[in-house]
Order: sequence, then structure tokens, then C-alpha cells
Amino acid sequence: MAGQNAYPLVDIRHLKEYFPINVGAFRTKPLKAVDDVSFTIMKGETLGLVGESGCGKTTVGRTVLQLYKPTAGEIWYDGKQIKTKKDLKDFRTKATMVFQDPYSSLNPRMTVMDIIAEPLDVHGLSESKEQRRERVLELMDYVGLNSEHASRYAHEFSGGQRQRIGIARSLAVNPEFIVCDEPVSALDVSIQAQVINMFDELQDRLGLTYLFIAHDLLVVRHISDRIAVMYLGKMVELADADEIYDRPLHPYSKSLISAVPVPDPQVARANKRIVLTGDIPSPLNAPSGCPFRTRCPYATDACAESMPEFKEVSKGHFVACHRTAEIN
Amino acid sequence: MSRLLEVRDLRTSFFTDAGEVRAVNGISFNLDHGKVLGIVGESGSGKSVTAYSILQILADTGKIVGGSIKLDGEELVNAGENVMRTVRGNKVSIIFQDPMTSLNPTYSIGHQLTEAIRLHTPRNKKQAKDRALEMLRLVNVNEPEKRLKQYPHELSGGMRQRVMIAMALACEPDILIADEPTTALDVTIQAQILELMKSLQEELGMAIIMITHDLGVVAQMCDEVIVMYAGSICEQGTADEIFYNPRHEYTKGLMRSIPSTANKDQPLEPISGTPIDLLNMPEGCPFAPRCDRAMKICLRQRCPRLEINGDHAAGCWVNVAEADIRSEDHEAEETAEKEN
Repeated sequence: MAGQNAYPLVDIRHLKEYFPINVGAFRTKPLKAVDDVSFTIMKGETLGLVGESGCGKTTVGRTVLQLYKPTAGEIWYDGKQIKTKKDLKDFRTKATMVFQDPYSSLNPRMTVMDIIAEPLDVHGLSESKEQRRERVLELMDYVGLNSEHASRYAHEFSGGQRQRIGIARSLAVNPEFIVCDEPVSALDVSIQAQVINMFDELQDRLGLTYLFIAHDLLVVRHISDRIAVMYLGKMVELADADEIYDRPLHPYSKSLISAVPVPDPQVARANKRIVLTGDIPSPLNAPSGCPFRTRCPYATDACAESMPEFKEVSKGHFVACHRTAEIN
Repeated sequence: MSRLLEVRDLRTSFFTDAGEVRAVNGISFNLDHGKVLGIVGESGSGKSVTAYSILQILADTGKIVGGSIKLDGEELVNAGENVMRTVRGNKVSIIFQDPMTSLNPTYSIGHQLTEAIRLHTPRNKKQAKDRALEMLRLVNVNEPEKRLKQYPHELSGGMRQRVMIAMALACEPDILIADEPTTALDVTIQAQILELMKSLQEELGMAIIMITHDLGVVAQMCDEVIVMYAGSICEQGTADEIFYNPRHEYTKGLMRSIPSTANKDQPLEPISGTPIDLLNMPEGCPFAPRCDRAMKICLRQRCPRLEINGDHAAGCWVNVAEADIRSEDHEAEETAEKEN
């Protein structure tokens, strides 16, 4: 939870990430995976990022860490813009990532010890072999792995344990900020809860800041202080976790939240779901104006003409919709 | 009215190089006309294998090694391939988890739909095509004429799942088995598909076996629920009983470990440990190694199915222990009263 004297640790301004897609023999067309997204994350806070597949949430996470070079926009960290190669190298010792798939994100030919120590080796952070070993064992202890597992290989572990290895690796450089890209969606329900609790504990213990990307809204609500909703490369709403659940303003957020299956039969039977018609348009042929207008029950002609501005409607509650005032 | 489906002590094993894997280990349940039965469990709990056993579409290494499956009173185990071919598609059909890989990419949607229809019903080409169009309209596919000529890769995930449902329902089966039908889909598309299945079920009156790991989907769709762990049924009962009155420690653990509005400010209560290795099954209750309330007997002996009430049964020794404590308390109270 962000403290009293929290300051913005991560500040993303007008971030754009376009991928060129071949549409003819010599022609490419930009796929606007992320299109003009701005947000800040306070020190010690968890910002949840939700949206459906293809909405650009993973691309945001990767571009923030500059795993993809941004097409446009600025990334500020701790009051400084990340511009030069040196900035980036320093930044990468403070900001790391946990990946979605615990099966493909660990090298099958490396022992757990080497996997976790790799960031230390890359950044030259361990002075001796002994120190490297001690640090790895300390990290394994943080994430609840046994020290005797250090010499084993990734395939010997279950999904939940593999994800712990991935988390230990991301903690190796002593980061302040971690991008968690769907870290629990590949895990079984009973294991999910273990890993979510571990993220909470590590945050308390090490004062971490998270960008938590997920499509499971119940999980995101549990872990996040604030939640941002994305649709087709654009951010459509951002507010406190409770606020966005109790009072979603954007028609897309409304339907997304009402569509979450609640594990309670009586609530589920009484629940009036807002079921959207149609499918998500292809990001290659995104609609003009507001990207959601093709599925929006409230769309008017104005929505086709211009993209609504992402503006603050009440304290800390941002929404991008032309008709916010009328439909709420 | 006779039972639509009656499964008794079903056992299915896979014979692998490492040994016999008892994927389904003695399960029994009934399914009546027009009901939605949910089978919940984690990966490896045997929920999909149960479905595949009913249709006998197991992988080569898998075999039903015991028990009985009766459909409308007719025994299916060892019934032979000819009988099974009249069952599959006509009486029982299935939709799979992944709509991306369960359609053939080299044939058009129309070809695949009419193939299924002509195989199972005596319709000619023209009639089959009409039926295919009718089915696509039923599952709310827009521009059905155009879709018939398209190939699977031209459709979105939600659309493909609708085509799968259309195919499964084309021959009006009595039972539709849905194996994680919405796991690969996004939340808003999932809501569309679930609404569609529910309304079709009410319209056509078929029974559905809904296999899922998502308790939210179960709460929304199911009349009755079976909770599986390591190839066995832990608990079965009506949805309300399972959600509001869980009586197996595994079910209770599952309910506690999902985030909800009620527990959002507290840490979740996960189930400790890791899922069981089916090659090395313990002697007693398979959940005992992970259970906080495991007793000595749990490690030695598996708890039989205990009726909680008419709508609810669970196989957990904790219930027996609690009942004993209650009756002891009761006796103590009675003696205390007598003394007074």
C-alpha cells in the first residue's frame, strides 16, 4: 500500500508502440498495440492493468521496461527520463519482470542456481562465487524454495514452484519496481493463492512497486491499489480499485466487471450481466474515434469522429468517454 | 422416468512407461434430463478423462478398467465401437476447450458442419446445408451464409466456439459435454457464450456436463456440482449446498483461496503443498498430505462417501469426527441435565 509521503516512481507519458505488419510485398501497416497511454505509479503501490487479449496490456508492460523500443513517448523513473543506454542499464537493475508462462520462461539447460544468479552475472553484482551462492540461497528463501533445490533443473518443478523461481530471479538485482505479466494465470486455483500472497508479502518486506498485468479481475482487485482498464491499445479508465468496481464509469469497464463470474450461486443468479454484442475488432483495422464504439450500447455519431480525451472526472478517477456525464 | 446417465464406480487408467496412472478412480454420479452438472477440479484431477470415458475417446494408452456407464439404461462400457458411433454426436456430444485447434483448418466451416450433420442424420446435401444455416442462426453467428464459406482462421475465438456449439447441437443430443468451453476466451466473450449455452439448454431441454476449474462459471451455470481431486469425487451436491455448506476440506480450501469482495483486504488462505503425483498415490485420502485438519485415519484409510443430506454427499473423515464431537457434547449435556 502506498504510504503518506508517496511520490510517483514510474511516470509514463504518451507512450506509443506500433509494430509494422506486412500487408503486401513491400508495404507495411502499423499495428497500434499501444496508442498514447499515460499513467503514473506511486512508490510502493500496485497498479493493476486489465483488458482482454490483444488490448495491448502486455505490450505496455514490456515497453515500460524498454524490452520493446517505444515508437514515441517518454518513460520517467524516479524523476529522471530514461534516454541513453547508460540510463537504461541502470534502470534495468531497478526494474525487472516476472513472466506469464513459468514453463517457457526458464532455461531448461540451466540449474535453478544459475537461473536465479543470471541477473547478478549480467550486471556484475556478485564479487565472489561464495557471495553469489549466498545471495541465491537468500532469494530462494524469500520465495519459499528449499536450498537443496538449487542444483536441480526447471523441469523437476511444478508450475507454482517454477513461478517462484521466476520471481526469485526478478528479485536478484534488488529491484524497486517489478512488472508482473499475468504471473498467476497459468497456475491452478489452489496454487494461485499461494503466489498472490507471496507477492503481497514481498511488497511489504522489500517495499516493492508493482505493475500487475492480468485478465482475471478478481485477482487484480485483490492485489491492486489502483486499476487501469485498456481496450484496443487505449487506456479507457483508471481509478482506485474499489472505486472502479463499485462505480465504473466507462461502458466497457461496466460490462467487463459485470461479466466476471462471481463464485456465489445466489449472487450469480441475481446478477444482471451487461452482455456485449460482437467481437473485439482487429487492432489493424481499429474503428475511428473511440475504439469501443462498435460494441458500445451508448455510441453516437460523435464517438466515431474523435477519440475522447482521457480526463479526470473526480479525484483520481480518469475516464475516456464522450458520454460519461450522460450515461452515469 | 429413467435416469439419463448413470455412472457407477468408473475407473479409467492410463498405462504409461512409468506405470499405471489411475486418472479416474472409482467415481459414481447420475445425470437427469435437462440438468446442468458441473465437474470442478484442478488440472490432473480427472475431470476431462471422465468426459472422454463417457464418449470413449481416450488416448491410446487410456482404458476403462472398471465400472459401468449407462445411457438411458443401455450399458456403454465394452459396448463396442458400433454402438459408440451411434452415441457420439447423436446422443452425447462434446465441445472442447480450445476452439482454435478443434476445428480442421483445411476445410470450410460449411463443410465441417454439414459433414457432422450428414454423418448422423439421413439428410441430403441441401437439407444438411439448411440445417447448418439454421444452427448458425441459433447460436447467433452473424452473416451465416458467408460464414459457411469461410475457414476457421478467418473467425475470432468466440465465433469459433459458437461454430463448435452449433456442430455439437446439430443432431439434438440429449447430453452436451462442455470441456472448459470458455477457458480460452476473454471475459466479455465468455459471458456471451455462457448466456448462449444457458438459453439453448432451456430451449432444447438437453442436459449439460460442464467441466471447468472456474468456480464462478459453476456458480452461474450449474444445478449440481461434483468436486474432484486426484481422480476421485470429494464432494457432490446441489450448487447451493456446495457453495454455502461445503463439507470436504478440499472444497472448503478452494472456496477460501479464491479472491472475493469479502476477503479483499486480508491475505488469501491458500491450500498448502502441491498437487498430488498420480503415479504415487497415498493409501488414505489423496488430499490428506495437503489438508490442515488431516487426522491419523486420513493417512491410513480413504473416507467412504457420506450422505450429509438428500442433496449432498462428501467423503471426508472430518465430518465423522465433528459428528462424534457433537454427539459427545450432546450426551454430556444430557447427563448434565440428568444430574441437575
